Amino acid sequence: MQTVKNNKKEKPILEVRGLTVRYGQGCDYCLNGQPLLKNSCPHCKTVWACNDVNLELYPGEILGVVGESGSGKSTMMKSIYFDFPVTEGSAYLQAYGAGKANMFAATAQQKKYIRNHMMGMVYQNPVLGLRMDYSAAGNIAEKLIAAGGRNFGSMTARASQLLEAVEILPGRMKEPPKNFSGGMQQRVQISKALANNPQVLLLDEVTTGLDLSVQAKVLDLIRRIRQEFGVSILLVSHDLAVIRMLADRTVVMLEGKIIERGLTDQILDDPQHPYTQQLVHSLL
Amino acid sequence: MAYVAVKGGEAAIEQSLKLLDEVYQSNGRLEVQTILTDMPLLTDKVMSEAGMYAPEYAALALKQSKGSVEEAVFLLRAYRSTLKRDYYSLPADCKDMRIMRRISAAFKDIPGEQILGASFDYAHRLLDFSLSEEKGKQAAVTAAQETAADIYCGRVDELLQADGILKQPEKDDTQPYDITTHVLTFPAPRSARLQTMARSEAGFLEGVAYSAMRGYGAVHPTVSELRSGYVDIMIPYPLEAGEAICIGAVNVTEVEALWPVHEETKEEFDKIRLSGGYGCVIGNNETKAIAMSIADASLNTTGNTPSQDEEFVLTHGDCLEMQGFISHLKLPHYVTFQSKLDRVRE
Amino acid sequence: MIDQKHYNFAFLDENSKREIRRSLLKAVAIPGYQVPFGSRELPIGRGWGTGGIQITLSVIGKEDVLKVIDQGSDDSVNAVNIKKFVSACTGVEITTDSEAASIIQTRHRIPEIPLKKEQILVLQVPTPEPLRIVEPREAVTKKMHAEGEYSPMWLTLYEDLLRCGKIGISAEYPVLVENRYIMNPSPIPRYDTPKLNDSDCLYLFGAGREKKIYAIPPHTRVMPLEFDDIPFETENFTGKRCHLCGAEGVYLDELTDEETGAKYYECSDTGYCAKRREQGCRP
Repeated sequence: MQTVKNNKKEKPILEVRGLTVRYGQGCDYCLNGQPLLKNSCPHCKTVWACNDVNLELYPGEILGVVGESGSGKSTMMKSIYFDFPVTEGSAYLQAYGAGKANMFAATAQQKKYIRNHMMGMVYQNPVLGLRMDYSAAGNIAEKLIAAGGRNFGSMTARASQLLEAVEILPGRMKEPPKNFSGGMQQRVQISKALANNPQVLLLDEVTTGLDLSVQAKVLDLIRRIRQEFGVSILLVSHDLAVIRMLADRTVVMLEGKIIERGLTDQILDDPQHPYTQQLVHSLL
Repeated sequence: MAYVAVKGGEAAIEQSLKLLDEVYQSNGRLEVQTILTDMPLLTDKVMSEAGMYAPEYAALALKQSKGSVEEAVFLLRAYRSTLKRDYYSLPADCKDMRIMRRISAAFKDIPGEQILGASFDYAHRLLDFSLSEEKGKQAAVTAAQETAADIYCGRVDELLQADGILKQPEKDDTQPYDITTHVLTFPAPRSARLQTMARSEAGFLEGVAYSAMRGYGAVHPTVSELRSGYVDIMIPYPLEAGEAICIGAVNVTEVEALWPVHEETKEEFDKIRLSGGYGCVIGNNETKAIAMSIADASLNTTGNTPSQDEEFVLTHGDCLEMQGFISHLKLPHYVTFQSKLDRVRE
Repeated sequence: MIDQKHYNFAFLDENSKREIRRSLLKAVAIPGYQVPFGSRELPIGRGWGTGGIQITLSVIGKEDVLKVIDQGSDDSVNAVNIKKFVSACTGVEITTDSEAASIIQTRHRIPEIPLKKEQILVLQVPTPEPLRIVEPREAVTKKMHAEGEYSPMWLTLYEDLLRCGKIGISAEYPVLVENRYIMNPSPIPRYDTPKLNDSDCLYLFGAGREKKIYAIPPHTRVMPLEFDDIPFETENFTGKRCHLCGAEGVYLDELTDEETGAKYYECSDTGYCAKRREQGCRP
């Protein structure tokens, strides 16, 4: 049983309001909220990848985002990390402007600062998150450099410490991730994401495609990291087992929208929305 | 101490230049006029890569450069830098070309007829030994330009435009980008892209096009029309607004190539239409003109091959730039090499 | 002299020269920033110093005294060639004395004697973009400069240090100008890099083939990229001296005695060496 950190008095560390990512111009029909075909407009073919997504991430919690592929969960997470521009919506980080400034409206410089200091991202595909030909330590140093690090010795010490935290021996820090196994690559990504002590860690399908035993190790690591680094984690996964094991609370996405939200146990044991019911039962 | 012998540099250069005339001795019989009449395709290549239409100067440059095309292009370009730019011409429409050759691979019959013209296309490439016996003869009175009957006809793609299956480029009346006075920025305006390719080194452009057709790219077009001939160049008449005067004609080769593209339209999500690639170069440089149309088409597709990378295609094809940068490796580099040695030896 | 009937003073037409001077003014106003310019073709090969020559041609007047060096040498074929060309189309006085010159055009070296405030050093640049070693696309490097996004550059230095224990860049060591732009100082040895900082003279950089001009005005802060705990190192000539004038602590060319196979050294800056010998300096 996870401890639930959903204390309403506590301020969320990350708050997302009305996040919408649209591919296409939109038309009178879809812009007025008329029903879409899946996530696209039957008239103008505009794709609504994320449609009015709202969520809060509380200090120290792991919030699961579950849904089938194409439901918009990765798009949502990548737009929070500024990989994709959002069409509409706002997001507030406690660390940025005391949680009062919309980070989507930040300047390019500010966004870079937020990315480097306040958030860490781990991609499903390690190629997106790592420089495969650079050393493991160099990958971590990249983040430190981006945050203004200019001391070779202290950056290398920090890299070594972070790699140790994800159980990669210091002897391998000069090796490039392309020599590493899939699980190791994900662990390097995690240590890179943690380099500047971010408040929020974004994990996008981090265990997908890994062997079950390797998966279990990475999941253990995530749990430990939450404790050790005191980060809040937004965890996107299509795998309900992963969600059950890690997430305190969970939101369910379908066709770009959040259709159900609550405590993870509650969602998995007593789903309310027909789609969630189907999702849960197809697994059992 | 080969080429930086103390105090030796100046004398060495003088001797080297002298040697140039001795090693490549001229029998003094090659006249500029002979190059013009006997090697017109060579002068065309030089003019095309120099981006300057001046047949006599091109022939002169070839004579001076002892037949080196890149040196000749170099001479023309350098000379052009010294010339004041008096005016920009009005746009010339190749529809008004006095045609010497015009073929379409897309249709068997075209309005205005196929005109094979002068071409090596169907020649058997057998060395003709009788030419080595040939004695000088009076140059034919009929220079190529004069044999051309005055033929004018519309473009082949007009047939397709009428059908509505040809994707038309958007009308663009902005002033063309002048690549001779401005630095290319990317993405480059289409006018800059076409100008750059028009004076690109032929071999480079042909290699790019060839790669696009062979599979490093996605274009295998049909030549809708290839035409070559003379186009009048008009400039605004300085003394009267709205009037224009003709300052001469230039020989150009123009190619339009077609290939089907998928596109999204208001009515249909995925509609196949014909799109065009455009090539237009100075002189009779047919392979280059076709290559240009393919490269143009390829740059309009997206993908990871060299022929689809605008910056790659546009920055590596200039004859002077590639020749200059490659040959600069012959310059002394011993100071930087010393620095490299220092790093290696440490 | 090239005949004045067919060619203008300093070869280029006046409008072209004015255009280049405008780019130079912009470059001086934004130290370290690469100003694009409409590079003209010259009778000398692109890649052979045409950027520097265009700058020289654009700023030179009849009263100027010109020195041209390549690898520090006044007599290098390339230096002689450029000198001959500029002199033929301007008729200006030529010198080998770096203190007597008002304009010094150079490839790969900065003279040993510190330059004074009236002097202009024109450097020829093959690859103006310092970020080219980490990013081939111009569209991307332009954006990186605009945003000051230099982490990839620092990262390559970091990787070098981590893997080899030293930074592998030999000559052409990137510098940071006024804490804003990373700049390529042209392929000068690291020994010359500190001369760019807080100098009395004006440095102008021209890249003809790449069509960029940039500048370092006098008394600009120019620092090589270095980590706080790893000091920047110049080439090491400890214990070596010029076999002609006996100079130590200068940049030396390495030569080999054909008979004995022994290495010996001489000043890379030939003008400096000649001056010392005139003053009676001997090994």
